[in-house]
Amino acid sequence: MRNPPTLLSLTIDSALINFSTISDLSFVPEHILLELFVRTLKAGKLNEKILKLFVATGKEEILSVIESLNIQHILVPVLPTRKLFHDEVDIVIGALQPDLTSFMEQWRPFFSRFHLIIVQDPDLKGELKIPEGFNLNLYTKSDIDKVVGSSSNAISFSGYSCRYFGYLMSRNKYIISIDDDCIPAKNSNGEPIDAISQHIINLTTPATPFFFNTLYDPFCEGADFVRGYPFSLRSGVECGLSCGLWLNLADYDAPTQSLKPDLKNSRYVDAVLTVPARTMLPVSGINISFNNELVGPALLPAFRLAKEGKVRWETVEDIWTGMCVKVVCDHLRLGVKSGLPYVWRQERGNAVESLKKEWEGVKLMEDVVPFFQSVRLSESAVTAEDCVVEIASSVKEHLGPLNPTFAHAAETMVEWIKLWKRLRAN
Amino acid sequence: MAAAAPPLKDELDIVIPTIRNLDFLEMWRPFFQPYHLIIVQDGDPSKTIKVPDGFDYELYNRNDINKILGPRSSCISFKDSACRCFGYMVSKKKYIFTIDDDCFVANDPSGKQINALEQHIKNLLCPSTPLFFNTLYDPFREGADFVRGYPFSLREGVPTAVSHGLWLNIPDYDAPTQLVKPHERNSRYVDAVLTIPKGTLFPMCGMNLAFDRDLIGPAMYFGLMGDGQPIGRYDDMWAGWCIKVICDHLGLGVKTGLPYIWHSKASNPFVNLKKEYKGIFWQEEIIPFFQSATLSKDSTTVQKCYLELSKQVEEKLGKVDPYFVKLADAMETWIQAWDELNPTKAN
Repeated sequence: MRNPPTLLSLTIDSALINFSTISDLSFVPEHILLELFVRTLKAGKLNEKILKLFVATGKEEILSVIESLNIQHILVPVLPTRKLFHDEVDIVIGALQPDLTSFMEQWRPFFSRFHLIIVQDPDLKGELKIPEGFNLNLYTKSDIDKVVGSSSNAISFSGYSCRYFGYLMSRNKYIISIDDDCIPAKNSNGEPIDAISQHIINLTTPATPFFFNTLYDPFCEGADFVRGYPFSLRSGVECGLSCGLWLNLADYDAPTQSLKPDLKNSRYVDAVLTVPARTMLPVSGINISFNNELVGPALLPAFRLAKEGKVRWETVEDIWTGMCVKVVCDHLRLGVKSGLPYVWRQERGNAVESLKKEWEGVKLMEDVVPFFQSVRLSESAVTAEDCVVEIASSVKEHLGPLNPTFAHAAETMVEWIKLWKRLRAN
Repeated sequence: MAAAAPPLKDELDIVIPTIRNLDFLEMWRPFFQPYHLIIVQDGDPSKTIKVPDGFDYELYNRNDINKILGPRSSCISFKDSACRCFGYMVSKKKYIFTIDDDCFVANDPSGKQINALEQHIKNLLCPSTPLFFNTLYDPFREGADFVRGYPFSLREGVPTAVSHGLWLNIPDYDAPTQLVKPHERNSRYVDAVLTIPKGTLFPMCGMNLAFDRDLIGPAMYFGLMGDGQPIGRYDDMWAGWCIKVICDHLGLGVKTGLPYIWHSKASNPFVNLKKEYKGIFWQEEIIPFFQSATLSKDSTTVQKCYLELSKQVEEKLGKVDPYFVKLADAMETWIQAWDELNPTKAN
């Protein structure tokens, strides 16, 4: 015959069931306390509150059992109510001038929380002057040569393209890039504008490429979707690219700026909007940010003009890249935003001189734009890498025969993806 | 500037639908007085709507509409501001500006009063750029231009058919949004005019709108709304989707942004919900319909485009609800009425 349960056993069972009503265990003799603890563990009923009750007794044996079993308090972290993105952002600066002191000092209040990647234009000789107090990695020609190789048909990171090496080195989710001749713009109160925060907001709030909202960004404070905006489209899609703007020296081409030398942009348009799907735009590299995880491979150095120079008037590489990114975003159902933030772009170079030297870029746009407006990618292209490879193949086929710059761009795009994949595999 | 004649003085009509009164015109007097007004009186025709002295106007009530259109008057809505499109039809001018009777003059951030009509005229008289997005918005505004990378072959732009203005204070939200955010006010002055890209639809609001009648007039039908209809507050939306498809097809531009007016009256969200209810569900079918609508090469005039569209509405949206069959019919009636009142001028 089985032994009937003891009175003690029944008591402990009852205690287990009614633990919620027990607020103090200090009166319980130690040996019974131990038995209760073991039974609690067996029944799987040990939680934070009950553990505290046992610990509060201060009884040595209980405490040493707890220690020997390595029972620990679970610390529930107090999460901040606003998500902080410091660790997920890289600010990439291509250094085309040797002294970055003024640039970095002006941006210090907005850059200082973040990690910076500075890439020195491989054509720029000498050591860069960078002020102290930033968390940064600096890459120079020797780093680039080590990673990419220095053969003549290696990808060129010279001039404005040096920043792409920074993108390649980044392992962060969001990348923000600003030309080194831009400083923070000022708002109507004379206070400097935090372009970095605005880019982060743009990248981390949804985009709405499938239907135009007449009140612009519906996710910003004080705005919403207007009457007539379909509800099924109101959750939006992720933002892949954010294109900021410029006050003072706007990003006009050389012919325009030469014709209107006094034309400065002084209009502050207080809006961010999503550029609709299938609508192409000229993306200026002067002030941009992107989601590296989603579209990183598409931010590529490929379109190099024969006489490309060290002022924006003598390049269109960013325009090419921007259209690649837009095609990729449209295909992958991601958004591209344009508008805020503004930066203040300082005077540099001479539009007339640039026009004399380089106007091929302007001409080539006539072929570039219709091409990107009509390129379509296959269903099997599901990543940015796949998309770029398909675009490259289409460039080779349709634009290659028109101009060697296009043929070279197609090859470079393919090389870039190989390089990207190789570095990510390590 | 003071000596210059008001722009397009004899080429533009201001169309105002009203069911209450026209007191709001007093504030607009300095800007509107030089222009001819077409008042479309909705509701009870026996009521007299007083027009403030000094304005040159014609006024039409329901009896007038029935007399002028005869049986075709069935296409003009009753007890809904959609009836305003009758004013577009009877106008003899090239341009129309339409505004609601609860919209007042707004101030820009410097405190200066905004002449909304003048800005609409500027928008209509300079080209649009629907084929490629300009990141500095309207390149034809002073102080702006086309940015680097914008192909020169696209810098001429296309003629502007529609200028869609915005509103400060009470924003044009739908009923569900109004219910959730009854106190939200639009206080953001966005100093931009931009062209809505080709292939992109938008929600067109009829509160502050101007257009070129010669270019797009026949497509500005505001549908069957209000009394006896299952839906309301979708009149301007419907017209907006139709005109955008047609403008994209005919190579015309639609601009949005400035000017702002001050919208003073918040309509009752519960009343609105009742009116919009079906629309909120139907728009989920309507939008894909318009997004994929294509018109044939033979549709070379607005009327031809519109009739082709009306057949597609009957065929594809008729399945959603018999209302769309009625609407498609009304769209045809509208074109017949338009053509009768606006015989084509001999070339």
